[in-house]
Amino acid sequence: MGDFASDFLLPLLIMIGQSLLLLVSLLVVIAYLLLADRKVWAAVQLRRGPNVVGPFGLLQSFADLLKFVLKEPVIPAGSNKGVFLLAPLITCVLALSAWAVVPVSAGWVIADINVGILYIFAISSLGVYGVIMGGWASNSKYPFLGALRSAAQMVSYEVSIGFVIVTVLMCVGSLNLTAIVESQRSDWGFLGWYWLPLFPMLIIFFVSALAETNRPPFDLPEAESELVAGFMVEYSSTPYLLFMLGEYVSITLMCALTVILFFGGWLPIFDFAPFTWIPGIVWFVLKVCLVFFMFAMVKSIVPRYRYDQLMRLGWKVFLPISLAMVVIVAFVLQVTGWAPGAV
Amino acid sequence: MTLATAFFYLFSAVMLASAVMVIASRNPVHSVLFLILAFFNAAGLFLLLGAEFLAMILVVVYVGAVAVLFLFVVMMLDIDFGELRSGAMQYLPIGGLIGVILAVELILVLTSWAFGPEIAPALASPAPEPTVMDNVAALGAILYTRYVLFFQLSGLILLVAMIGAIVLTLRHKEGVRRQDIAAQVARNKSGIEIRKVESGKGI
Repeated sequence: MGDFASDFLLPLLIMIGQSLLLLVSLLVVIAYLLLADRKVWAAVQLRRGPNVVGPFGLLQSFADLLKFVLKEPVIPAGSNKGVFLLAPLITCVLALSAWAVVPVSAGWVIADINVGILYIFAISSLGVYGVIMGGWASNSKYPFLGALRSAAQMVSYEVSIGFVIVTVLMCVGSLNLTAIVESQRSDWGFLGWYWLPLFPMLIIFFVSALAETNRPPFDLPEAESELVAGFMVEYSSTPYLLFMLGEYVSITLMCALTVILFFGGWLPIFDFAPFTWIPGIVWFVLKVCLVFFMFAMVKSIVPRYRYDQLMRLGWKVFLPISLAMVVIVAFVLQVTGWAPGAV
Repeated sequence: MTLATAFFYLFSAVMLASAVMVIASRNPVHSVLFLILAFFNAAGLFLLLGAEFLAMILVVVYVGAVAVLFLFVVMMLDIDFGELRSGAMQYLPIGGLIGVILAVELILVLTSWAFGPEIAPALASPAPEPTVMDNVAALGAILYTRYVLFFQLSGLILLVAMIGAIVLTLRHKEGVRRQDIAAQVARNKSGIEIRKVESGKGI
C-alpha cells in the first residue's frame, strides 16, 4: 500500500496540483487579457472602454463571468440538445488541454512530450468541431452559415500553419517545445531567435493564427454585422461563456506558440547579467502580452475580409509562399550543413 | 493490472462501442461524431504502443481534416435514415455473405502468416530504443532512405488525385467579374484628383 501511495498516488496528486495551478493562472491572465483587448480597442476608437466595475474597470471580466453564469441558459426547442450542449464544452476543453505541453519557463511544463508541437497542431485542428457542431445543432440558418464558413476557413489556414511549423522544425531538429526554445539560445540575444531568419514565416504564421482563431479581420464565422454572431446566435449564458472562453484560450495559445516558435520562449532578450536575473516566466508572459497586443491592434484597425478574398489569401498566397519557404529553408540547411541532429 | 492495461481496455471498449454506434445510431451526424470518437480512441491505442507520431498524425489527418469534410457532407444532406433502413433487411443475406467472406479471408491470412526471409534481421531489432532515437526520427530515417521511392510515389498519387478533382470541378464562367488584386495594387493616382474640401461648402 505504501508503494502504491508513493509510486502512483503522489505523482497523480502533484500532476493534478500542477494542472490546477496552470488552469487557474491561465484563466486569471485571460480575464485581464480580455479587459486589455477591450481597453486597446477602446483607446484606438478614442473611447474609455470598461471603467465602471472596480478601479479602472479591473473587475469587469469577473462581473461578466458572474452575469453569464447566473443567467438562464436557453436551449432552442428544435435543437439537437446533446450536440448543442457538447459543442461549447468541446471548444473550451480542447483549447485548455493544448496548454498541457506549453513550457512557460525552463522545465515549467506539465507534459514534456516529444511530439509537443504536433500535439498542439492536432488539438488546434480539432477546434473546428466545436464550431460546426454548435452551428448544426442550433438548427437555424445563421449558425449553420457561420459553421459552413468556419469549416472551410479553419481547414485552409491550418495548411499554411503546418508548413510554417515544418520550417521551424527543420531548423530545430526536434518536435519538443522545450527543444525549440533552447535551440534559439545564442550569444546574440534576441537577434538569434527565429523571427529574424524566418521573418516571412512569422508574418504568415501571425495572419494564419488570426484566421485560425476567428479573430478580425477573419471573423467571418461570427461576423456580427451580417450573421449576427454566426454559430453562437442561439447560445446564451454559460454555454456562450464557454465558447468565448475557448476562443480566448486558443488566442492566447496561438500567442504563446508564436512566442515559442519565433521569439525564443522564456529566453531573455540579451544573454547577460541584468536580463538573465529576471525569471523566465516573466519574459514569457511579457512576450505573450506583446503578441496579444498585436492581435488586439489588428482587431481594432483592420476591416473584415470578404469571403473569397479570405480563401484567395489562404490558398493562392500563403500556401505557395510557405511551401516555397519549406523548400528554400531545407535547401539552405542542407547546403550550409546547418541542419541539426542528422542521424 | 498496470495502468497501461487499464487504459488499453478503456480505449478498446470505447472504440468498439462507438464503432457499433456508427452504424446503429439513427441520426447520420451522430454516426460521424461517433466515428470521430472511434478515431480518437485509435489514436489513444497508438499512444499506448509508443507510436506517438502515428497517434498525432491520425488525429491531424483523419479527425482534423477528413472527418470535418465528412461531417460537412452529411450535414448538408437531408436524408431520413429511418426511411432508408426500412428495406434494409432484404440486403441481409448478401451483406452477411460479404461479411463471412471477409472474415474467412482475414482468418486465412492471419493463420498462414509468414515473414519473408529478408525481414528477419529487421524483426530482430524492430525499432531503435526510445532513448537512442525517438519515434519521429526513426520513421523519418527509414521513410526517406529505404522507402523513399514508395513515399514519393504515394505523394504523387495523391497529387494526381487532387489535380483530377480540380480539373473535374473547375468551370470558368463567362461574364463574371473577378478581382485582380495585383492590378488594383498597381494602379497609380493618375486618374484621381485629391481635393481639400472646406466644411459646409462642398465642391
